[in-house]
Amino acid sequence: MKNTILKIENLSKQYRLGNVGTGTISHDLNRWWHKVRGKEDPFLKIGEVNDRATKGTSDYVWALKDINFEVKQGEVLGIIGKNGAGKSTLLKILSKVTGPTTGSIKSRGRIASLLEVGTGFHPELTGRENIYLNGAILGMTKAEINAKLDEIVEFSGCERYIDTPVKRYSSGMTVRLAFSVAAFLEPDILVIDEVLAVGDAEFQKKAIGKMQDISKGEGRTVLFVSHNMDAVLRLCNTAILLKNGEIVKHGLTTEIVEFYLNSEFGTSSIKEWNDAQNGNSVAKIKYVKAHDKDFIRKENFLITEEIGITMCYIAVEGKKKIHSAFNFYNSSGVNIFDTHENNTDLYFEKKDKGIYETTVWIPKNILSEGIIIVGVALVTHDPFEIHFHQREAIVFNMIDNISNSPTRGEYVGDLPGIIRPLLKWQSVKIKL
Amino acid sequence: MKDNIIDTDDWLFEITPKNKLLSLNLKEVWQYRDLLMLFVKRDVVTVYKQTILGPLWYLIQPLFTSVIFTLIFNNVANISTGSVPPFLFNLAGITIWNYFKECLTATSNTFTSNAGIFGKVYFPRIIMPFSIVISNLLKFGIQLFIFIAFFIYYYVNGASISLNKFTFLFPFMVLIMGMLGLGLGMIISSMVTKYRDLKILIGFGMQLLMYISAVMYPVSFFVEKLPKYAWIVEYNPLSFVIETVRFMLLNTGKFNISMFIYAISITVIILISGIVIFNRAEKNFIDTV
Repeated sequence: MKNTILKIENLSKQYRLGNVGTGTISHDLNRWWHKVRGKEDPFLKIGEVNDRATKGTSDYVWALKDINFEVKQGEVLGIIGKNGAGKSTLLKILSKVTGPTTGSIKSRGRIASLLEVGTGFHPELTGRENIYLNGAILGMTKAEINAKLDEIVEFSGCERYIDTPVKRYSSGMTVRLAFSVAAFLEPDILVIDEVLAVGDAEFQKKAIGKMQDISKGEGRTVLFVSHNMDAVLRLCNTAILLKNGEIVKHGLTTEIVEFYLNSEFGTSSIKEWNDAQNGNSVAKIKYVKAHDKDFIRKENFLITEEIGITMCYIAVEGKKKIHSAFNFYNSSGVNIFDTHENNTDLYFEKKDKGIYETTVWIPKNILSEGIIIVGVALVTHDPFEIHFHQREAIVFNMIDNISNSPTRGEYVGDLPGIIRPLLKWQSVKIKL
Repeated sequence: MKDNIIDTDDWLFEITPKNKLLSLNLKEVWQYRDLLMLFVKRDVVTVYKQTILGPLWYLIQPLFTSVIFTLIFNNVANISTGSVPPFLFNLAGITIWNYFKECLTATSNTFTSNAGIFGKVYFPRIIMPFSIVISNLLKFGIQLFIFIAFFIYYYVNGASISLNKFTFLFPFMVLIMGMLGLGLGMIISSMVTKYRDLKILIGFGMQLLMYISAVMYPVSFFVEKLPKYAWIVEYNPLSFVIETVRFMLLNTGKFNISMFIYAISITVIILISGIVIFNRAEKNFIDTV
């Protein structure tokens, strides 16, 4: 049983919309008057759910409302949600940048946040001076920084410039130096916002790798906010989903990410059509689903397993060569590949009226980890005609089981690329 | 069983909506002492970087002001400084006044000018005003040197100036001045996050304050010329401090023990209210700044 290191109880945060200025003093006086008479704050009652898209009537919104959760020692918790769901507000309260309106946070360890690297860098000071300043701002003592100075400088790769004012640095060097300081922080709880993921590819890799070291290797508790579902899936054991300032779901990362994507895209690994929008007078689609080799529908697949996509459709007109087709996209919207029905038993047949089912098998070790979005189409080729096409029909997740991944071997870091094929490698010793 | 033991209330810290009234967490401030010193260093080192005269600017400012004051107030307006050379009289007043002014103006901008860094990372906010008071103390020390140089010059040339048995209390007067600037600055800084009007007020308010703080005239002179409004200057703790500093350094005027106690009490009240108000503001200022 691991101990609870962080406990958040009934946490709420209210914000005032619009300009602070006119009306501020009257609200302040009103609030004060209520307090003098021993009454409740009149503006605490009128807050609305924080939905940025709909226009509300109140000047006050709840950026967070009744947040309750606990974090265990060594847990890596992902916090996901749409823009404006309250993720950053939560992190800001955790890192004591702003206070909650109600509720409390209890902690058993030092919290350090990487809301933004390079906070407090002074352009006139040298790299070395800035390491000390930045380290102290982040909560390190001079002795701690002294002990790690060489490591920090080495990690940053800025040795040559270390005694030059930071204003002469390139922006990339500034970020490197700043991250190096942050990377050698040793708090009990580390709070990381996704802003960390800006910078060039090399830096991102370094940052994510370091985060993995921190969480996996050193057993540190990490709270990680990101829009990058792949990173959340890879790094976090558990996650919470925020929506309009409230916790929608808290549980295993895979479940939360799946739930989030389903609610976000409105899709899951199965889709059925019952309405009139399901095709034309030639063919109508009934359903499409993703499943494993035993035809059991799943939302999450291992990279090492075979995935089947089955589509069911009705041939309405008859005597037409109707073929199925699929498009595969990753979470960045990149078209990984398209595939059209071929070499099936019914391929050359002019199909009679009736219901048909077609399955395509994606071999194992092809798709990379992350979210896969599948588009479906019903076509005839001669003449070419599209009877039905939907770009985002179903969605499923690819998971790379790091501890047993043939494509990774012993490598656990970031492995980019839109596909992840298992290739044949050869190595021999040619000379002693 | 183990879980039961752990889930007792042995939390390291708790984040709650409001700070306690006087929760100046000195232990925490002590933990961040290195940061305090680094801020001081940053302030001192970076101000005059890439200037030709560098720290000489610290000296030019009070010197020129004193020269102008002497010309205007003593030569044109004929304000009498007794047996003390007017230039030295003004230099003493300006040096100590500047310390107060710099502390107050810099402290009152704590939240607005540091919103960027405060919005991203936590450290005891009070470190910032503390560092301002300390870095200005260094600046004051340099300016005091120039005063000492001129003091010696005038002394050697036979001006009737001398130290007295109260001179050893001089550091204490500097402390009062710093604390007054710090306290008032913290009060203003907390309110300026919401009401920017104060920022504008500070600019000319400081100038007005200087005129009623006996910087370029002795309090007795004001009492004599404007007896009706004399209380403005007499009960202004600043004019008392400035007057007393001149008494300690130049042996002009007198030392008033009841006023001394009065000034200390005012300083303590202002400093404590400053800390209380600052503490209340620091938690949520980022939402309103």
